[in-house]
Amino acid sequence: MSAKTTYKWIGSSPVRPDGVDKVTGRANFGADHSEPGMIYGKVLRSPIAHGRIQSINLTPALQVPGVLAAICGDDFPDADAVQGMSSGESPADMRDIARNVMARDKVLYHGHPIAAVAAMSPEIADEALKHIQVTYEALPPVLNLDQAMAKDAPLLHEDQITRGLPKKPTQASNIAAVLNLKRGDLETGFSQADIIIEETYTTPTAHQGYIEPHAVIARCNEDGRAAIWCCTQGPFVVRSLSAQVLGWDMGRIKVTPSEIGGGFGGKTTIYLEPLAVKLAEKSGRPVKMVMSREDVFRATGPTSASRTHVKLGMNKAGKITAADVKLECEAGAFKGSPMQTACMTALTCYDLENFNITGYDVVVNKPKAAAYRAPGAPLTAFAVESAIDQAAKRLGLDPIDIRLNNAAKEGTVAPYGAKFPPIGLVETLQAAKAHPHYCAPLKPNQGRGIASGFWFNAGMQSSAAINLNENGTATVITASPDIGGSRASMALMTAETLGIPYADVNAIVADTEAAGYCDVTGGSRTTFATGRAVIMAAEKVIVSLRERAAALWELKPEQVEWRDGQAHPDSEASAGADIKPLSLAELALSAAKTGGPISAKASLTAQGAGGGFGTQICDVEVDPETGKTEIIRFTVIQDAGKAIHRAYVEGQLQGGAVQGIGWALNEEYIYDEKGCMQNASFLDYRMPVALDLPMIDTVIVEVPNPNHPFGVRGVGETPIVPALAAVANAIDSAVDARMTDLPINPPKLLKQLSTA
Amino acid sequence: MPSASTYSRPSSLDEALTFIQSTSGKALKILAGGTDLLIQMRAGLYPDTALLDIKNIPETMSITIEPNQVRIGAAAAASEICANIQLRQLYPGLVEGIEYIGSTQIQSRATFGGNLCNASPAADGVPALIAAGGTCLIVGPEGRRINPISTICTGPGETALGQGEFIAEFILPIPKPGSADAYLRFTPRNEMDIAVVGVAANLSVDADGTCTRAQVVIGAIAPTALVASDVAACLVDQPLTPKIIDKAGEIASQLGSPLTDKRGTSEYRHQIAGVLTKRAIKIAAERAKKAH
Repeated sequence: MSAKTTYKWIGSSPVRPDGVDKVTGRANFGADHSEPGMIYGKVLRSPIAHGRIQSINLTPALQVPGVLAAICGDDFPDADAVQGMSSGESPADMRDIARNVMARDKVLYHGHPIAAVAAMSPEIADEALKHIQVTYEALPPVLNLDQAMAKDAPLLHEDQITRGLPKKPTQASNIAAVLNLKRGDLETGFSQADIIIEETYTTPTAHQGYIEPHAVIARCNEDGRAAIWCCTQGPFVVRSLSAQVLGWDMGRIKVTPSEIGGGFGGKTTIYLEPLAVKLAEKSGRPVKMVMSREDVFRATGPTSASRTHVKLGMNKAGKITAADVKLECEAGAFKGSPMQTACMTALTCYDLENFNITGYDVVVNKPKAAAYRAPGAPLTAFAVESAIDQAAKRLGLDPIDIRLNNAAKEGTVAPYGAKFPPIGLVETLQAAKAHPHYCAPLKPNQGRGIASGFWFNAGMQSSAAINLNENGTATVITASPDIGGSRASMALMTAETLGIPYADVNAIVADTEAAGYCDVTGGSRTTFATGRAVIMAAEKVIVSLRERAAALWELKPEQVEWRDGQAHPDSEASAGADIKPLSLAELALSAAKTGGPISAKASLTAQGAGGGFGTQICDVEVDPETGKTEIIRFTVIQDAGKAIHRAYVEGQLQGGAVQGIGWALNEEYIYDEKGCMQNASFLDYRMPVALDLPMIDTVIVEVPNPNHPFGVRGVGETPIVPALAAVANAIDSAVDARMTDLPINPPKLLKQLSTA
Repeated sequence: MPSASTYSRPSSLDEALTFIQSTSGKALKILAGGTDLLIQMRAGLYPDTALLDIKNIPETMSITIEPNQVRIGAAAAASEICANIQLRQLYPGLVEGIEYIGSTQIQSRATFGGNLCNASPAADGVPALIAAGGTCLIVGPEGRRINPISTICTGPGETALGQGEFIAEFILPIPKPGSADAYLRFTPRNEMDIAVVGVAANLSVDADGTCTRAQVVIGAIAPTALVASDVAACLVDQPLTPKIIDKAGEIASQLGSPLTDKRGTSEYRHQIAGVLTKRAIKIAAERAKKAH
């Protein structure tokens, strides 16, 4: 299926360049950095989910011996609403970000930062927090969609007017925004249907669950400049957002990204960074701040709880005649749930004449939602892919055939308006059908589920620089943090383009002053977009190498060809002449004589990321006496365009599926009636562990993306999208129980089985 | 980080007693594996507490199979217990219980003594330990005493141990021919989780397969592990047919007063107590038949 199969390095799986440091413990993660004279910052967090701040008195904390600084909201300028800052996959409102990292006027969730201190030791800082005096006027918490949208609901933001309605409302609301996408005529569509499936599906608040907690070290110099070391998916985003929260010119801040222990979208924004800078400025000491796991759960990340109502009309042949989708999505304390992307992806796997999709972005007293792997897409995919499965069952049709009947392909216009270039959904469905997994026999209480999914993938801005060393090796510099093996893929693309061994390329992630601008590592964009910058830079290096060879040979550069890592005179120039090819190493060694060191850099706004489609096959076994579901076999089939580092693509497919499985079966935020999370630990927030999972099989389909020299599409996010419905569909197949409310934990499934 | 006002790691029971006496009147915690205690200290629960580390005392660290009894040191590590093939043959369910606790790293520290005295109703090590019907040697300022294991836990986090007392070792009988035990627990995840319910069954069967003795202990459905005498009574003098076992499960599902919390509902815990009781009895009965 691949356009070209003669690559030397692309598609191989060499050892990762960061591997040795990680397995030996030498790698420096966020909390590992230290600075001379460093002290420790801690955050005081709101003990109530909703309230007005009446007073904050920091003085008693400052009197604790060993405390060097204390701050609260008043230490930051009250940022005006600024729209459109790049923050990965969704625009950010600076006023909201500023008020999320440090509360002003109101606290909006249990765990909302209200003050911070810096002290000589973490213990003294903890002690000092107890001395900060805060008085609140407690307000009734708004903890779910119904409470938030009820008439006379307590308002989180008294000035929030619903956006996206035809007529601008005059009353404030907890509904931040409404979105509608439609085509054709629903009534006509439903009148052509032989069956109608109508169901409401819900998903809980869930966390990205990165293993590394947020951590930052900040230092302020006497000249007014600051340095930040932190674990982030985007150092330039940290620079820009932190500067705005601080009211500083961003040129004063340098951000160095550490190794990162997982992000999944949750590290595309800021939490501790401006607090650490402010504490460092006030104390005159470098300040380290590290979140506890409890802080991470209570005040970072999560993704939205949601409710999706689906009405699906289908004719007997299994063709969708109409689809009506209504999504309500919890944003947390500030607007900006992934409602929009959830709506845009809801029906994108299918070629539909008549549909209506409506989404609601609703604020509640929970932590502000952050991006999580294909933000929003799993929510609506769970609903739509469940409904399609129900339709297939009702009509007695094969679940893969029913999807093939309706599948989007090249030329299909997506519900959000884009006309698809070559895409690989049909190929993943065909590969699923042909896979031995699909026809393997099942035992009693076992079942098999199918689901498909889509994610746009992002392009955005990237830069790369390549420096050739005098021994013929190359250093590749970008500011795209490596969360999924991107250094290896950058090195592979460089090696392939230049024609040198992979081992001769050293790819590094640099700080905001050493590397050109890169947007976040997010949106499954890095191998595609930063990869294109790297390839562009490598091509410029080749131009330079040809010039150097031409100079040595006294030819024109256009008479020199670059093949297999060597300069060759073209056929005309070599005719009758005895000219030996010059290798990259030879040209690098003689660079001093031909114009000096060889290097190149490139930057771009990468267009045409190419959508990512995938199909998954899930087998489960349900214990009918306990309601426990075991995943016994799972196959992920996905279009990667072209897999650069095959094993890392497989790893992304497996990791995405695992997060989807966890979300389907056990993961959820459990709140008490006051809005305090009850399970803020890895013990009780039940992410799957290795013993809960089979080895996840992968099939990489390659329908090349014409907008990347090697055909790359993003692969990181799509694999989480189908997994929730694949599990639910498998459970229904096993024990005839249609579960519409995640997670499908054992008590819930047992209850369903005993009432059926 | 955790800190203790005083720390002692004696090499004999007498030396331990001397330390205890020296701390009289002050708060004292016993450090066995520390897998619960260190977390509690880190959470600031015991700011000014003396620590007695019992991991250097021969009696508390050894596992001895004697002709008439088994002695298990209260501070012997789970990994040592699990690696003891003789013990696993005599008490497979007891070993299964402690084997469930924690990861490989935790296994190299966790102990029966700590698991019992932490007094969590959901402790995996406790039901089979109680079902084994043994005693424990308690050492304290007043001297030594021997008590049934079943009397130690009195409520969540509460024990019958007095100020300065600790358990040095557990003494279990050598099971009679035709006897065996089994432990099962239910968790939504397969590892790194806390039992929603745990059930230990310890049975003797005669050559015909009739149950001659039974003890069933259920964890996480009451403030302490619950000795389910009614379940045992329903089994004794009966052939262990599916019908009898179903009846035992039915009785088990009525017992206790389980909580509804983030780890499970009361209704669900009742149901699972019934299911696991049936399954544990079946496994123990199979093992007992082979133990003639």
